[in-house]
Amino acid sequence: MDTSNRTSPAVDALDLEVGRGELFGLLGPNGAGKTTTIGMLTTRVVPTEGRAFVDGIDVVAEPARAKERIGVVTQTNTLDRSLDVRENLEFHARYFGIVGRAARAAADRMLEVMRLTEKASADVGTLSGGMAQRLMVARAILHRPEVLFLDEPTAGLDPQSRLGLWDVVRELHRDGQTVLLTTHYMEEADQLCERVAIMDHGRILALDQPARLKRSLGVDTVVTVQAEGDGDDLADALRGLQGATGAQVVDGAVRLYVDGGDGLLPRVITAAERSGHAVRDLRLEEPTLETVFITLTGRELRE
Amino acid sequence: MSTIDTTAPLAPSTRHPGFLRTWTPMSWRAFAALLRRDLVVLSKDLPAFIARTVMQPLLLMFVFTYVFPKIGQGIGSAGGASAEGAFSTLLVGGVVASVMIFQGIQAVALPMVQDFGFTREIEDRVLAPIPVEGVALEKVASGAIQGLLAALVVLPLAYVIPATDVQLDVNWPVTLTFLPLAAMLGASLGLTVGTRVEPRQVPLVFSLLVLPMTFLGAVYYPWQGLQPLPWLRWGVLVNPLVYLSEGVRIGLTSGTIPHMNGVVVYAACLGFTAVLLRVGIKGFRRRVLA
Repeated sequence: MDTSNRTSPAVDALDLEVGRGELFGLLGPNGAGKTTTIGMLTTRVVPTEGRAFVDGIDVVAEPARAKERIGVVTQTNTLDRSLDVRENLEFHARYFGIVGRAARAAADRMLEVMRLTEKASADVGTLSGGMAQRLMVARAILHRPEVLFLDEPTAGLDPQSRLGLWDVVRELHRDGQTVLLTTHYMEEADQLCERVAIMDHGRILALDQPARLKRSLGVDTVVTVQAEGDGDDLADALRGLQGATGAQVVDGAVRLYVDGGDGLLPRVITAAERSGHAVRDLRLEEPTLETVFITLTGRELRE
Repeated sequence: MSTIDTTAPLAPSTRHPGFLRTWTPMSWRAFAALLRRDLVVLSKDLPAFIARTVMQPLLLMFVFTYVFPKIGQGIGSAGGASAEGAFSTLLVGGVVASVMIFQGIQAVALPMVQDFGFTREIEDRVLAPIPVEGVALEKVASGAIQGLLAALVVLPLAYVIPATDVQLDVNWPVTLTFLPLAAMLGASLGLTVGTRVEPRQVPLVFSLLVLPMTFLGAVYYPWQGLQPLPWLRWGVLVNPLVYLSEGVRIGLTSGTIPHMNGVVVYAACLGFTAVLLRVGIKGFRRRVLA
């Protein structure tokens, strides 16, 4: 599937399949094409080439039928400012054919689930960021969609609201909800998703379970070394260490990938100093999805 | 569950699917619910709706048909009270027509400009299980209903305010068919304007569209009255309000005031509605789909 914006396609030759009940993540920096991908699957972006199916329905040929089966939380707040909190849910229910008392009941149930009952009659403009986001999720799942799309659901949320939303998503997943989310937070993809597709420049670079993506690096430790002198020269010096599988210069620091190897820190410092690089900072960490992204692209995930 | 596949080429026929073919039974219910939503919001804002609808015609009728005759500056006063009455009578049709067409701008275009420019709320309604064109049509339907309501609110005013007799002789078949058509035309104009104007251009809508349309829209004079100015008489025919004013007038006065041929009026209004609807829906698609 493909969409060109005159110059270069935002999403190019993407091939992806998400299974029923799966919690799937698209991870990548801003501009990687995640939102475009979700836009195509939710009928809001018309692809120039290729096809997309939701629950077996061609989203390009039959957008209305596809929309019956999806729930979407977009990046921007699209709550209906002319309606109060409960009405937002109630009218959403009506758009999806739930009418009368059933609409009201569905709205009240969602308010309860999302702990928004107290705000039922509030103006949506008065909600905090976290509450507004919960209301958007409530609205998206109210009509029991086959697939729930969450586009950067926690962007701009405070840490507590983010954790709260993670709980909500986990619970939905436990209840069998198929979820496709995009994020540029690697912890989010790592913690939440069963499978993750790492995207950059409109293409999928890797796709697997987070643990397997990390294991695929064949590395158990990543050492980031900030030192004086030329980075490439230092990288060459460190590559020779026992257990080292590779070294990369990212943003002026050297990232050394190591599999096994004892007494790592002293050996790194010694090797660096011996090659004439005074070490200023040293960081040791287990590989993360960020590490996977960096090894694939040579860039950090966050801009 | 959800799949993206690059290998299958997109068949040209599926890129722009036929309009009604993609409506599902659920789409009709969504349409009704969207309409209901707009009417609920309207009922919440009823005082504002009445204020924005009534103010201009109220002042217009008050000054032209009450104050002027009372202070002896009446339009047509040279012809005495009967001519003044004739002016009041012809003004009723013009005022109702202008109110209806500008309800389209106020009820459809302005909220839409704001929506596309800032709030992007429409993105949620576009996700209702209805083709995108259906959302645009719903906006037109809701605008048309507001246009009809506006006519109902304004008509009594136009009847009551003038100091001289307003002689209405309603042709019901014309009125009952023409007013809905007029309302559709106004709302379609609103859709076209709303999908093509940026928020910073809104003041221009008033100075470049609303004002010329009103003053050159056969609101204050019958189109036939322009005979001494042939260039203007033919020039104003690009203005849809001309046909609306003429049509409403035919309906409300049963043709006692000189008017354009009724068939031409209906045909022109249908034509304008069809074109504006098409342009507006295309614009709407372009604004909400990438």
